[in-house]
Amino acid sequence: MNKKVRVQATINGEEVEFLCEPRQSLLEVLRETLGLTGAKEGCNNGNCGACNVILNGALVNSCLVLAVEINGRNVTTIEGIATPQGLHPLQEKFIAHAALQCGFCTPGFILASKALLDQNPSPSENEVRQWLAGNLCRCTGYDRIVRAVLDAAQVQEKPL
Amino acid sequence: MQVLDYVSAGSVEEVVGLLASNNGRARILCGGTDLLVQLRENRRRSGLLIDVKNIPELTSINYDDQSGLWLGAAASCHAICHNRFVLEKYPGLVDAIRLIGGVQIQYRASMGGNLCNASPAADSIPALIVHEAGCIIMGSNGTREIPVQQFCVAPGKNVLQNGEFLLAIKVPAVKENFGAHYLRFIPRNEMDIAVVGAGASVTLDKAKQKILSARIALAAVAPTPLFVEEAGTFLVGKEMTEENILEAARIAQATARPISDLRGTEQYRKHLCAVLTRRALEKAVERARAS
Repeated sequence: MNKKVRVQATINGEEVEFLCEPRQSLLEVLRETLGLTGAKEGCNNGNCGACNVILNGALVNSCLVLAVEINGRNVTTIEGIATPQGLHPLQEKFIAHAALQCGFCTPGFILASKALLDQNPSPSENEVRQWLAGNLCRCTGYDRIVRAVLDAAQVQEKPL
Repeated sequence: MQVLDYVSAGSVEEVVGLLASNNGRARILCGGTDLLVQLRENRRRSGLLIDVKNIPELTSINYDDQSGLWLGAAASCHAICHNRFVLEKYPGLVDAIRLIGGVQIQYRASMGGNLCNASPAADSIPALIVHEAGCIIMGSNGTREIPVQQFCVAPGKNVLQNGEFLLAIKVPAVKENFGAHYLRFIPRNEMDIAVVGAGASVTLDKAKQKILSARIALAAVAPTPLFVEEAGTFLVGKEMTEENILEAARIAQATARPISDLRGTEQYRKHLCAVLTRRALEKAVERARAS
């Protein structure tokens, strides 16, 4: 039995505490220990972005972060994006633009897009494409995703 | 993946002690974007990962006009590329660092890690070589400093001895009339490994016509990042004419000893060496003239 370590962190605004082995990735613990299966395992080596989460304000691949590294830190996953009042504008616009087909890459794209809009509320199309270069989608051809993000940026800029 | 233990070190002294007491079992963890993948694929092993991201000396980025730039080995690519001194003084370094992965990788990956990983195709290393960067290596007997072109010794291997780790990268302050550039060739727009990369720097005289010094370095054409000293030496004292640039590019091409692999043939890489060296030099001169 390998040694387990106690980790305390804030995930989607809630204090959580869990035990994990030092070798376990954040992705593995999110999915297997904490039951947060929104972050997906695509490549498990940092190429595809399907496992993206926001760690202390920074967009990261959760497959390349050890779970022990998040001790005392703040993580946002796809489960923390919508509020009781409704979906996040990015989620609404992904639906409106049909910016997904199989949906496997979508949580990663939403998190990546949120991290972009959090620091650049009105990006150009080129900025969106550059920013999303680390997220792979094998269905849509990206165009609808880019349009959804640009549209969501407009909605966010003019809150209701 | 075999990792038995993890520790987040709080100080440089603690890292030195942990490396000494673990006698070759321990590895330094910065962003983990190379290391965790290699551990998972059993290409490297580690009994203990020592996370150095929480040590201020290892993540700090400092600049002054006398001593130049200090890049803590664990400073992230994102932090480096958003530092105002780096942006203002070292656009040739920014060229290279920005190429390392997408946003998710930039937030985690460090320049020190890119160096320690010792890939022949690493984008940041030729850029560091043309900036005359030095590596500050820490061990149980204190620090030693070596030029960055001596740091990598074979694919995936560096000069660090048992008990040593990379503390920081030091880049000299930028001289007057200095310019540098790094570029690479990949078959798509983003997210790829260099088929060939080329970095160049020049320092021009007051009239911005003659070359006082020049450095050229190449990626992915030898077992380690390649410093082409002869090409720089050739340019010293010469005017920046098209003929001289082409000759420097030809020297770089002749020095390269690439292999054929899935990214390109030996012949194609040789061709790219000349093209990219010429372009890197032209842009470096343009920047030196605009400085």
